[in-house]
Amino acid sequence: MILVWLIVIPMAAGLLAWIFGKSSNLFARWISVLGIGIDLVISIWLWIQHFAGVDPSRTESWLVQIKASWIPDLGITFHLAIDGISLLLIILTALLGLISVIISWTEIQRRVAFFHFNIMWILAGILGVFMAMDLFLFYFFWEMMLIPMYFLIGIWGHANRRYAAIKFFIFTQASGLLMLLSILGLYFIHHSQTGVYTYNYFDLLGTSLGGASRFLMLGFFVAFAVKLPAFPFHPWLADAHTEAPTAGSVILAGLLLKTGAYGIIRFVLPLFPEASMEIATLAMILGVISIIYGAILAFAQTDLKRLIAYTSVSHMGFVLLALFAFNEQATQGAIMQMICHGLSTGALFILVGRMQELMHTRDMDRMGGMWQNVPRMSGVAMFFALASLGLPGMGNFVGEFLILIGSFQANKVITIIAASGLVFAAIYSLWIIQRVFHGEQREEWKIPDLRARFIGVFAVMIIILVVLGLYPRPVIDTAKPSIDTMQKNMEANMQIDLESSGTANLSSDDWMIGVESERD
Amino acid sequence: MLSLLWLVPAIPYFSFAILAVFGKRMPKSVSGLLGVGSVGISAVISVLIGIQFISSPPEGDLFLQRLWTWIGVGNFQPEIAFHLDALSLLMMLVVTIVGFLIHLYSWEFMEDDEGFSRFFAYMNLFVGSMLTLVLANNLVLLYLGWEGVGLCSYLLIGFWYKDSYNGAAARKAFITTRVGDTAMAIGLFLLFWNLGSLDIQEVMSSASMQWGTGSGIALAVALLLLGGAVGKSAQLPLQVWLPDAMAGPSPVSALIHAATMVTAGVYLIARTHVIFDLAPIAQAAVAIVGAATLLIAGFSALKQHDIKRVLAYSTISQIGYMFLALGVGAYSAAMFHFMTHAFFKALLFLGAGALIMCLHHEHNMFKMGGMRKQLPLTFWTFLIGSGALAAVPLITAGFYSKDLILWRAWTSDSGSPILWLAGIVGAFITAVYTFRMVFVTFFGESKMQADRKPGVRISVPLVALAILALIGGFIEMPHTLGHFAPFSKFMHSVLPEVHAGQYSISAELLFQIIAVVITLSGILIAYIFYYRKPELSANVAKSGIGTVLGRFFYSGWGFDWLYYTFLVGPFVWIARVNKKDIIDFIYTIIAMICQIFNFIFRQTQTGRVRSYAAGIAFGAIVIIAIVMFT
Repeated sequence: MILVWLIVIPMAAGLLAWIFGKSSNLFARWISVLGIGIDLVISIWLWIQHFAGVDPSRTESWLVQIKASWIPDLGITFHLAIDGISLLLIILTALLGLISVIISWTEIQRRVAFFHFNIMWILAGILGVFMAMDLFLFYFFWEMMLIPMYFLIGIWGHANRRYAAIKFFIFTQASGLLMLLSILGLYFIHHSQTGVYTYNYFDLLGTSLGGASRFLMLGFFVAFAVKLPAFPFHPWLADAHTEAPTAGSVILAGLLLKTGAYGIIRFVLPLFPEASMEIATLAMILGVISIIYGAILAFAQTDLKRLIAYTSVSHMGFVLLALFAFNEQATQGAIMQMICHGLSTGALFILVGRMQELMHTRDMDRMGGMWQNVPRMSGVAMFFALASLGLPGMGNFVGEFLILIGSFQANKVITIIAASGLVFAAIYSLWIIQRVFHGEQREEWKIPDLRARFIGVFAVMIIILVVLGLYPRPVIDTAKPSIDTMQKNMEANMQIDLESSGTANLSSDDWMIGVESERD
Repeated sequence: MLSLLWLVPAIPYFSFAILAVFGKRMPKSVSGLLGVGSVGISAVISVLIGIQFISSPPEGDLFLQRLWTWIGVGNFQPEIAFHLDALSLLMMLVVTIVGFLIHLYSWEFMEDDEGFSRFFAYMNLFVGSMLTLVLANNLVLLYLGWEGVGLCSYLLIGFWYKDSYNGAAARKAFITTRVGDTAMAIGLFLLFWNLGSLDIQEVMSSASMQWGTGSGIALAVALLLLGGAVGKSAQLPLQVWLPDAMAGPSPVSALIHAATMVTAGVYLIARTHVIFDLAPIAQAAVAIVGAATLLIAGFSALKQHDIKRVLAYSTISQIGYMFLALGVGAYSAAMFHFMTHAFFKALLFLGAGALIMCLHHEHNMFKMGGMRKQLPLTFWTFLIGSGALAAVPLITAGFYSKDLILWRAWTSDSGSPILWLAGIVGAFITAVYTFRMVFVTFFGESKMQADRKPGVRISVPLVALAILALIGGFIEMPHTLGHFAPFSKFMHSVLPEVHAGQYSISAELLFQIIAVVITLSGILIAYIFYYRKPELSANVAKSGIGTVLGRFFYSGWGFDWLYYTFLVGPFVWIARVNKKDIIDFIYTIIAMICQIFNFIFRQTQTGRVRSYAAGIAFGAIVIIAIVMFT
């Protein structure tokens, strides 16, 4: 039941914030803080309960489940479950959600109640995505996080918000439809084989799909690659991130992108192991292109927020690279990278948002020499820029190093090219520092430095990144059982593949015949 | 005592954290005390550890302190653990002691700077990172320290951030070295892939067991590690960042050039010498890189006006000697030169810093002159440092270490007369440019008036380092002088002895006499050209070939131009051209096509019944036709 609460509490908080927020903005803000705060407490409690003092060599990966019948005629169940990976992402969601509400305190002054309703419902949708174990339910949550985000960008965004919101919506919606087609394909094939209609993840696992698996896999893959975003599906990102209000950018970069990676881990690889292996090299190449292309694009920007947006393309490229390397180090690195990227890029967006709120510009050509005016803000920016370039001692380094050392086992050439991303990351990160905080002052800015509210937020993020950089074990041990299970399944599949590469073709023929006969 | 090892890096880190968070609100006396004191305590602990280590060596001549497992994924299990043996002990002592003297000096040097506590925060982090680097028991932790010193060099070179020239120099340092770092990281991936571990001891023992001499994997790993080393140690072809690194305050230069950063590459190669021993080609490459770098940098140093740039090129050149020694397998000779170089180069930079401070931030030595009388203490200490750099025989530490390298460059099994020749030519140039600097700066008539004198906190480090630069060489005397060699004996518990044939003492004496003559004639030439008859040097510089060569040397052999034209320029160009993202353009075209069709079809919606009826009729005809003809 606790999983349901995790989703229901922010939804309820959103509704209450909308209703009561009409009388006072403070109501909306505090109700939201309370709602997502409770979620954070619950999720951390879950974590402590399941992982403090538990033998790290445990094998059972699923921690909590709830399953209820929903629309039995269509085989739709209300099935939520979490394992270590989803638990980590849920904690991240609650934390960044809370931070997003806090940092919007002064920035959002228009239609405050409805703003908080949207934030809370996006978060509920994301939490649902991380928990849903029924594909229909998953798709439901997938859509649920998009629509409030569309409003968030479209209503509270900056100058070019309408264009950005529509672009965001079309990209994600079109790719979501491909996923829906794949889900339906999976649903009918499963029925044709077993006579049972079901959307349940655990039932669909191991459905032998034969030749159709490639197309079905692609439907999922494209949807998740758009979200990630991987080259060449990235153009929505820059506009959406740039035009969104700060909270929107934080949630987009910190959480929404992670749903893409999560989808690959949870659905693409387990449901379509063979097809995934077939596209592994292609996916890794896309990852590498994202790393380098994103970094070059980032370097070229003069709009600070757009620059940071493009760095996400580069960082998430590492995740894509890792997920298709199929080994423990790379996958652990991907999880680590997801968490640390969420924090470091989220923090950079908060900084830019704050600067824009105070300076009404994001143009780096008008900045420079800010260190004299706002030393605290500059120091914080320096820290997160360094985190983003993968400096050892911070969690991002652990993620990237694990990714590269793991991917190297899978594909040397691609990994060596990917490693050049380390140089590019240094180039754009230091460029931010130079253009904004160092150098001559191009204009006289008189803005206040960070105060308690922001210092508190950044302090939490800095501490987490440093702790993860020096002692990443809590995260690694939490994700380990699920990754071990994944690993085993992949290996088992490779075995089958090796033993009976002939029969696999046969079975796909069987399936084609089955479809033919059904049509007759 | 040994169990306090972890405190040696931890104390500067701790002090960094305090200064970074609370430094702004601290009075300068407190932040100065914290910044200098932390390194001082580290130095005291290091010395105590050193005494214990030497007087009662631990089992196997090494001490390992495990703190915790850092990252544990599958068989990838790097730890936070410190490894102390003769090599890391030497590094640790030099880093903390020289580092402490530089910190003490900075206390006075930076006193009026508004970023005082920020400066000490960065300096402490620098020392902490370097100590992590030299004490790490595995290559991942070493890489942490490695990147840490890179970061600190960035922060300190760009310390005076208001001038964007300094920022450019800082970024150049970080990015250039990161190119090397990335090569090194790939080397680590390769090592882990092949040997399944990154623990230094484990890697070395399994490499020597599993890899044959001359095997491809050993060569690849060695070359990639060399890539990292040339980046950090400013050797060819990644030496370009170091001359620009002069943008930072002078104590920073002293720290970068003497105690930390540039010696990291030397340490890395010495530390992983097993791999280089297995890859003779890579080892030869180390020697060749060293020889070429020491010559190129030496020639460049001849033409600089900025006193700090002369010193910068001299560092590149001296590190070249260390690489030369490493490349011929004379590891302890390289470490010996590292140590003496740390003393005299720190001394020279601090001396130059004192000059610059007393002369209203003037860097151009041709505007100085006659400082011998105005700043006697600075002059005498600087002279000692210069003597050591030029390897003035018998009385300076630099003589003993450089002589050993020159001797090994020929006599080692992997040495050759050509390498020796490069070294001896380099020694000549070194003597010339060093004493050119001395004569131009301290002799002749004064062109400027010093407006202050260095105080106690500056004088003490200068004198201390001057003493070290004189006596530091006596712990390794050549055969011709009694062969008192505790240093190499101590090092040989970690580093192998050089492979060389037997040579008579008279042969060694002959080599020494040649070196001495070369050095003295270099000094003499500097004396004639820059003190007795300065018009001679002016004439040479004005002649056609002199101008061309002069410009070429001044620019550091055009490497900056080369990189700018072929790497930086194209990268920036591509980035600028693609600023709007060509991929986005493709999607925009798709959207535009949709809009065009939208426009076209909208035209049909006229509201006129006549055209609708025509459309229906036309459609009907087409459909009937299709049905009939197919």
